[in-house]
Amino acid sequence: MEVTAGWYMLLAAGLFAIGAVGLLVRRNALVMFMSIELMLNAVNLTFVAAGRELGLLQGQLAVLFVMVVAAAEVTVGLAIIVAVFRYRSSADVDDLAELKG
Amino acid sequence: MVSAIWLVIAFPLAGAVLLLAFGKRIGEPWSGWLASATMGAAFVVGLAATAGFVDGSQHPETVELFEWIPGLGVNASILWDPLSATMVLVVTGVGALIHIYSIGYMHGDPGYGRYFAYLNLFAASMLVLVLADNYGFLFLGWELVGLCSYLLISFWFEKPAAAAAGKKAFVVNRIGDFGFIIAMMIIFATFGTLSYVTVFTEAPILLTEGTATAITLLLLVGAAGKSAQLPLYVWLPDAMEGPTPVSALIHAATMVTAGVYLVARSGALFQLAPFSAGTVATVGALTAVFAAVIAIGQKDIKRVLAYSTISQLGYMFMGVGAGAYVAGVFHLMTHAFFKALLFMGAGSVIHAMRGEQNMEKMGGLRKAMPWTFITMAIAWLAIIGIPPFAGFWSKDEILAFTFDKGGGFLALWVIGLITAGLTAFYMSRMMFLTFWGKPRWAEGEDPHESPVTMVVPLVALAGLTVVGGLINTPLRLSLEHFLEPAFEQFHVMLPNEGSLTELTLLALVVLVVVVIGAVWAYVRYLRDPVPAETGVTWDRLENGFYVDDFYGKTIVLPGKKVAEVAAFDVDTKVIDGAVNGVGRGVKGASERLRPLQNGLVRSYAAWVLLGAVGLLVWLLARGAF
Repeated sequence: MEVTAGWYMLLAAGLFAIGAVGLLVRRNALVMFMSIELMLNAVNLTFVAAGRELGLLQGQLAVLFVMVVAAAEVTVGLAIIVAVFRYRSSADVDDLAELKG
Repeated sequence: MVSAIWLVIAFPLAGAVLLLAFGKRIGEPWSGWLASATMGAAFVVGLAATAGFVDGSQHPETVELFEWIPGLGVNASILWDPLSATMVLVVTGVGALIHIYSIGYMHGDPGYGRYFAYLNLFAASMLVLVLADNYGFLFLGWELVGLCSYLLISFWFEKPAAAAAGKKAFVVNRIGDFGFIIAMMIIFATFGTLSYVTVFTEAPILLTEGTATAITLLLLVGAAGKSAQLPLYVWLPDAMEGPTPVSALIHAATMVTAGVYLVARSGALFQLAPFSAGTVATVGALTAVFAAVIAIGQKDIKRVLAYSTISQLGYMFMGVGAGAYVAGVFHLMTHAFFKALLFMGAGSVIHAMRGEQNMEKMGGLRKAMPWTFITMAIAWLAIIGIPPFAGFWSKDEILAFTFDKGGGFLALWVIGLITAGLTAFYMSRMMFLTFWGKPRWAEGEDPHESPVTMVVPLVALAGLTVVGGLINTPLRLSLEHFLEPAFEQFHVMLPNEGSLTELTLLALVVLVVVVIGAVWAYVRYLRDPVPAETGVTWDRLENGFYVDDFYGKTIVLPGKKVAEVAAFDVDTKVIDGAVNGVGRGVKGASERLRPLQNGLVRSYAAWVLLGAVGLLVWLLARGAF
């Protein structure tokens, strides 16, 4: 059986859904971050798969962009989580609800 | 010389600018002399430029100064023709004398420099008005003289009455201006320009009688406002709150004649609209007799003269309405001489009586101030129309032309005749009460003759009053011939003078009426004590038939009501309500949207996901992929 681009897409969709559900149901900030990474990488997978299928370089280029941005985001995000953890001794995001309307 | 005619405007304008900037520093009396000198210089330039018309070498000419609003055909350019020349000479000549008179009259006033700055600015504006070669430039002068009139009426603004009078003059004039502006709009819509030359030469081709009537009636509204004709005359009696030389210059000799000038200048339009011309004459005649009746009951010497001015302006309107433009302008000119003289004489009397204006407290002044008395007596004989003084020639010419026109104009002639009798009566009353009889002035008063700067202009104007009429007698129509080119250039027809026999007969009729009026006043007022004028009728006369109260009730009060409703109901409730309503709406909506911002990051994420899915569904549904 040949592995076509459609399979990659299916896998990416599955990974994305797992990440999204994880983001919504978990309360630990660290795990939520991991879920986001999962979603980002699901998207990356669609990019490279589509790029390869269509014979275009843009797919791989986009992936590099996403990786860089994700790395930056993680850096900032982790720093915030560490700061919050030091302040509250907890990484439960539901406790961080002071900025409500 | 004609190319330098702009100097006529520039001199007084420069004077005004200088005095506004440095008036306080220049001080008394030099600011007065500076202002007078600019007027004198303007007069000399005007005279030199007029010389060409007299010997016939000069023809009407347009002098371009600069482009102003070319799209409207409105340029700052001057039409130099005999009509504008006549007006320039009257404005600068009489103006210069009144400036000189003011040097003495305004002595010791804290606003000395400011006064002369305004006076100079007025002269410059009036000269713009009469020299303009298009309605737009004329309107600039028209509005500026209105402004100066306002500034000078309320010159002593610390007096509430003066401040109110200035405001009233301004507001009433705006009503007239409203008509004038609409007239200009129709002119522009019809001709595509406001320039006299185009409008007047194309008028017979482009104008239907209906449009011509509309334009000219609206012009009449403007003219009636500026020239204090029925029903817009009410501001002029109140304008007497200003300094007396201002009354002489602006509210007797020059500015109020602007309406007459406007009608005469627009003769090419008025001759296409006989109905409007008839209306002008009727308004004039009615104003003449109405104001003359009110003048009989006035106790304040300046108010007598104010109503007399309204009445005489009515004569001028009657003249120009009857198509006798030269006669109207002639009376404008002689009236400028004798009415300025009367006002300045009255000023001299008031000066001597230390501010007293009530004639019942005067009497017997002829011995105390002989110069004022003699000059005023000449003006008195001139205004009531005793030959050979100026008023006789000009008033009788207007009446003769009205008579000659026949038809409905005969009724106007009768009104004019009655007015002549009334004029003789009230002017004689004023003279007898002021200068004859026993002194009735207050204890300790010692009236004395005015200083020489005030007397010299009186004498000069008295001279003009004596000889001024002789420039246009039926025997020698010099002014008529002088002015003809101004009307011929736009093909305005001038009526022919009646035969000498007819004119003599008419003059005799008028003279009889005049003498009856004067003798009646003589019998009534030259006795001791003078009749006490009290009672309902006199009260009505003194208060001008309560027209002011009537206007107050029918126009001012409803206007105030409308303003109140607009301010307290419409503004606070509707306008503010709408603004506050928008604010409240936004606040309410945000109150309802607030719970969405619940601070739970995961719920935000859920919304984002939901939004993304929704967007995807929408895109798929409309078949984007």
